[in-house]
Amino acid sequence: MERYRNKEIECMSREDMKKLQDERLVAQVKHVYANVPYYKKLMDEKGVTPDDIRSTADLYKLPFLSKADLREAYPYGLLAKPLSDCVRIQSTSGTTGKRVVAFYTQHDIDLWEDCCARAITAAGGTKDDVCQVCYGYGLFTGGPGLNGGSHKVGCLTLPMSSGNTERQIQFMIDLQSTILCCTPSYAAYIGETLHEMGYTTDDIKLKAGIFGAEPWTEEMRREIEKSLGIKAYDIYGLTETSGPGVAFECSEQTGMHINEDHFIAEIIDPDTGEVLPEGSKGELVFTSITKEAFPLLRYRTRDICVLTREKCSCGRTLVKMSKPLGRSDDMLIIRGVNVFPSQIETVLIEQGYAPNYQIEVDRVNNSDTLDINVEMSDDKFSDMVKDIQQKERDLAAAIKTMLGISPKVHLVPPKTIARSEGKAVRVIDKRKLQ
Amino acid sequence: MFIKQISIFVENKPGRLSAVTKLLAENNFDIRALSVADTKDFGILRIIVNKPDEACEALKKAGWTVSITNVIAIGINDDPGGLSAAVECLYAANISVEYMYAFISKSDDKAYVILRVDNNDRAAEALAENNFRILRSSEVYDV
Repeated sequence: MERYRNKEIECMSREDMKKLQDERLVAQVKHVYANVPYYKKLMDEKGVTPDDIRSTADLYKLPFLSKADLREAYPYGLLAKPLSDCVRIQSTSGTTGKRVVAFYTQHDIDLWEDCCARAITAAGGTKDDVCQVCYGYGLFTGGPGLNGGSHKVGCLTLPMSSGNTERQIQFMIDLQSTILCCTPSYAAYIGETLHEMGYTTDDIKLKAGIFGAEPWTEEMRREIEKSLGIKAYDIYGLTETSGPGVAFECSEQTGMHINEDHFIAEIIDPDTGEVLPEGSKGELVFTSITKEAFPLLRYRTRDICVLTREKCSCGRTLVKMSKPLGRSDDMLIIRGVNVFPSQIETVLIEQGYAPNYQIEVDRVNNSDTLDINVEMSDDKFSDMVKDIQQKERDLAAAIKTMLGISPKVHLVPPKTIARSEGKAVRVIDKRKLQ
Repeated sequence: MFIKQISIFVENKPGRLSAVTKLLAENNFDIRALSVADTKDFGILRIIVNKPDEACEALKKAGWTVSITNVIAIGINDDPGGLSAAVECLYAANISVEYMYAFISKSDDKAYVILRVDNNDRAAEALAENNFRILRSSEVYDV
């Protein structure tokens, strides 16, 4: 039996949902125009006033926001409420130059947690469940979001955060966790460790997992489901829109339902910005219609996906998004962390290397690997192997400080990095995710 | 007193080493001694040639990453224990040997050993004090 957190909303007729979205959008645009000078300026430049936005049909008239705007407006430029009304910030991976800080009022937190609660409920969670949250806690939205959602559902919540896998498994066994929330690669790792420690799925009580924050495949889903003896559900979100819970999977496991009472989704052509019809593959754009403190209108996620309104067997009428099929920029998601090649380039220059490098990403045993080949220069070269290896380690440490994840650095002779049409190929992503 | 050794950064891939030796041969450089240190990813080819500065320039021009390092060459008796005495003498002087390699001279019965140490001056002093024969560069370049 399918469970709903809020059946009225989740199964609302399209007509009623559109009416709700229309009302909320009109009010939100007024709120933003009056309180966010940065966005007001964008609207003024485009010649749009709040009066031009009468329903979701007028959404296309509004200007887009992108990560570049968020950086330019950092930290307070897109804030729509006085700081005294805000109770929390969360931030993206915290990587220099690309940091995004999002603000929340208590109301925003409640809505966000409610979205996560819908995801947990759709995965079968009730107040009788024990929910083990192994997403990172802190600035990252994963831990706080699912933690709050778990509280809202009434689960007994285990705020484990990530890491210390043997302890995770001990808690899982001793406290009989039934729901696991983490990144899919960590779930795979927990499964592996469980078996290495000599346990089987008979020793644990897990029934479902809610996994997100990084791309994963159907194959990986099946592996995790088998190794942990669970049903694995996908969840989607980004700090800019609140965090996880913007969209969540139901028992059908064929895409994620978007919480349309809070977010209007559009698919656009990433090159022209033109809105594409339902079923087209394009860039996902979100408009927050209920957020108070940090309400982004037409935020370009850079995720490429497809939206569908085909009838879902779960009974929900909320539009479904496919798993992201790729990115419209050069961002990579490695071990759940957003990585821009430009960040690696910055470190190389700081450390006195020429920015000739190649990033190789792969997935070995369900865990992402990051190898970076960097071209050696005369002044870094030494006749001793240990010196060169030390330089590789130093560079890896500097990159780790920047990205938050450890790469393997390989110094290679100049001009050995493959170039195509004179331009170096910066990224080789060998992960087969589609 | 010190010998100029050329070190070349080479990828650990088929054909890379021969590309270097071919370039040296085409330019008439004579290799006196060589050694290779390799790891999974890369190798360092170390060579002693007759004209190190010119060879280094030629390699650089061809796009190789190279460096010149001063090393010590000593002549020792080509008998059991000959090398051991030299290494012990350095050890006693608290000098560490980063690496070394040897070759046999054509003119006498001596074995020539190239030593890369952490302190050339102190190593030379210690070796001289213990009556090891330190080779002049001309002796090595023009073997």
